[in-house]
Amino acid sequence: MLLNQFLMLGALLFSLGIYGLLVRRNAVMVLLSIELMLNAVNINLVAFEAFLQSANVGGQIFAIFVITVAAAEVGVGLAIILMIFRNRSSANIDELDLMKW
Amino acid sequence: MNTLTNFTFAALAAEEPVSYGDGGVMAEWAWLLVIAPFVAFLAIVFFGKRLPRQGGEIAVGAMAFVALYAAVLFIMNVTEGVVFEHSVEVARFGSFAVEWGWVVDGLSSMMYLVVGLLGFLIFTYALGYMEGDVRVTWFFAAFSLFAGSMLLLVSAPNLIQLIVGWEGVGLSSYLLIGHYWEQKENSSAGMKAFYVNKVADIGLIIGAFVLAIPVGSFKISTILDAVVGDSESMRTIAIAGAVLLFIGAMGKSAQFPFHVWLPDAMAGPTPVSALMHAATMVTAGVYLLGRMFPLYAEMAAEARVLVLVIGTITLIIAGLLALVQDDIKKVLAYSTVSQLGYMVAAMGAGAYTAGLFHLWTHAFFKGLLFLGAGSVIHGVHSNNMSDMGGLRKKMPVTFGTFVAGTLALAGIFPFAGFFSKDEILAAFNYEGYTAVLAIGIIGAFITAFYMARTVFLTFYGTYKGHGEPHESPRLMTVPMVILAGFAVIGGWVNIPGLYTGFTEWVGTRAHLFEEHHAESFDWPVLAMGLAAGLLGITAGYYLYFRDRETQQARDTFRIPLLWPLLEHKYYLDDLYLGGIVNPIKGPMARFVNWTNSYILDGIVNGTGFLARALAGVVYGGFDQRGIDLALNGLAFTTDGAGGKTRLLQTGKVQQYAGATVIGAALLVIGFVIFR
Repeated sequence: MLLNQFLMLGALLFSLGIYGLLVRRNAVMVLLSIELMLNAVNINLVAFEAFLQSANVGGQIFAIFVITVAAAEVGVGLAIILMIFRNRSSANIDELDLMKW
Repeated sequence: MNTLTNFTFAALAAEEPVSYGDGGVMAEWAWLLVIAPFVAFLAIVFFGKRLPRQGGEIAVGAMAFVALYAAVLFIMNVTEGVVFEHSVEVARFGSFAVEWGWVVDGLSSMMYLVVGLLGFLIFTYALGYMEGDVRVTWFFAAFSLFAGSMLLLVSAPNLIQLIVGWEGVGLSSYLLIGHYWEQKENSSAGMKAFYVNKVADIGLIIGAFVLAIPVGSFKISTILDAVVGDSESMRTIAIAGAVLLFIGAMGKSAQFPFHVWLPDAMAGPTPVSALMHAATMVTAGVYLLGRMFPLYAEMAAEARVLVLVIGTITLIIAGLLALVQDDIKKVLAYSTVSQLGYMVAAMGAGAYTAGLFHLWTHAFFKGLLFLGAGSVIHGVHSNNMSDMGGLRKKMPVTFGTFVAGTLALAGIFPFAGFFSKDEILAAFNYEGYTAVLAIGIIGAFITAFYMARTVFLTFYGTYKGHGEPHESPRLMTVPMVILAGFAVIGGWVNIPGLYTGFTEWVGTRAHLFEEHHAESFDWPVLAMGLAAGLLGITAGYYLYFRDRETQQARDTFRIPLLWPLLEHKYYLDDLYLGGIVNPIKGPMARFVNWTNSYILDGIVNGTGFLARALAGVVYGGFDQRGIDLALNGLAFTTDGAGGKTRLLQTGKVQQYAGATVIGAALLVIGFVIFR
């Protein structure tokens, strides 16, 4: 069982996600990066599940839950971005400093 | 502890074993009947004003419910006999439980029916009588409270609840008597009723404690269990308790010398007088004697002598007072006092059934007479009989029903009062109280006389008032006609030797006692009573009707000494005012004024000065230097720290995310290294 390879893939995807989260200026791209991180976690869950061969397929079920939550999160996030874009004609995350002080 | 003890005297138990039904669901839910008027009270207070009749319909509806429920309970008691008692503990002080409960037995279901039926008819009448009057909503609210308090009193299985209902009746009577409080006399009349009752209530409350503390419970059945047995140790307590409870009953049932409040209570609207005299207030004292009767029957037989004497004095002096009144309502008021004297004297003579029977018939015909008087007042706009006269043609329904009530009150065969009064007189005779019997017969003559005077002055002769009198609306006359029916047939439920249903109805109770029931009429007494009634009416006819031209002159003819005495109500009011109220009031006022200006003001000023001095010290030393310094320092520190740390909050989301990632990475590294 090649657990290592799957974990490496997961770590790689997670790092890519973090990179995108920190450096991208477009809010949509930031959301996409978050999706990447969530999927990295999913790969880890499914990989461990397959490795452990447990009777109750908890890892897979948990992965499905994560996908569901991610879908909901993207729905809300995109709606927020849409409203921001309509109000300010920009989805640039640098210009969104309303939370200052 | 469910105390449904059937205490039975050995002799009685040998004759007939007593078994009663428990009343089933209807008795278990009888609390609904007590609650209904209170619910109506709240509903009228909150929503009454918005309704077309300003809340009167809620009151009438609630009383209709009470009347129906009471009728069902009454019929159940008539057919099978019901004894039911239930209590819910509300609070507890040491070993004394304060309970709320309800009793359904012969005595209480008779009272429920009287309150419910009279209440319903009088409330309906009041809808017509009070139309367009001031504060109608509040009137009906207080009226519902009045009936509800009486039901609470009647349903009480313990003395605490009885006192609560008792005081509730006193309070709502105060509110209703003073209904037209714009005039000083009316609000004074309300206060007089309240104070006189309050003085007597002290007897009731002390009596309740005197009985309850040795027994260890306020439950009436437990108290009766303890005092009805033949334990000699309880004898003194039983007599003291019986006398004290009777002092309370004297106040509510307007017995001499506490009767002074009742005539003044006529200041209230007429439906109030009708309900108060027929069902809800003055009957409370007689009911209390009936409820505690096993106590008076056996252990405290000595206390009964006092009851008998007070009742007899009351019946004769109040009857005499009724002779000289010009106000039609005051004639009826003194008449009520006199009839209550009969009831109380009957109780004192040991005739439980006769006393309650007179309460029952009196409720119907006195309620009727008050409604009739109200109808006349409504038409004539005056209370005085010197403004009336000749109303027979103008108000035929009022006239007919009023005459029926008069004949019932005068004790003419076959009207209701005949049977009940005769039973009381027969009981006096049987028990051997000849002097009381003689006074009772003289009282019957006086009763018939003043009622004949009232009828002839009001309905015959020529009209002496102003304006054009008219018959009252149907809303008022229909209840009068129904009550007139009861005033005729109400006495047929207890005819010695023929049908004695009433005796069995009110005899249905947990504590039985021996009582003499005549097998047939006591014919000589019956003849004398009836003759007294007929003679009284005849005397009234000769003095006030046959000689119409001079009837006003006749009315003022006076027997020296006696008439001034009667017109000044035996100077009792002057005695109370001059002998008790004023001597206390003057010095009391001066003393209170002195304490006020020297002691109280001194205390207040001294306290104020001290407080100022203390405040100066506290302000300069403690407040300015201590607290302010500490608080200001704290504020400066917080401000400085905030100025620095706020720079961390840039508002750039990605900086936050970066910080989070670095933090998470540090945690992971720390975890790996320090595992």
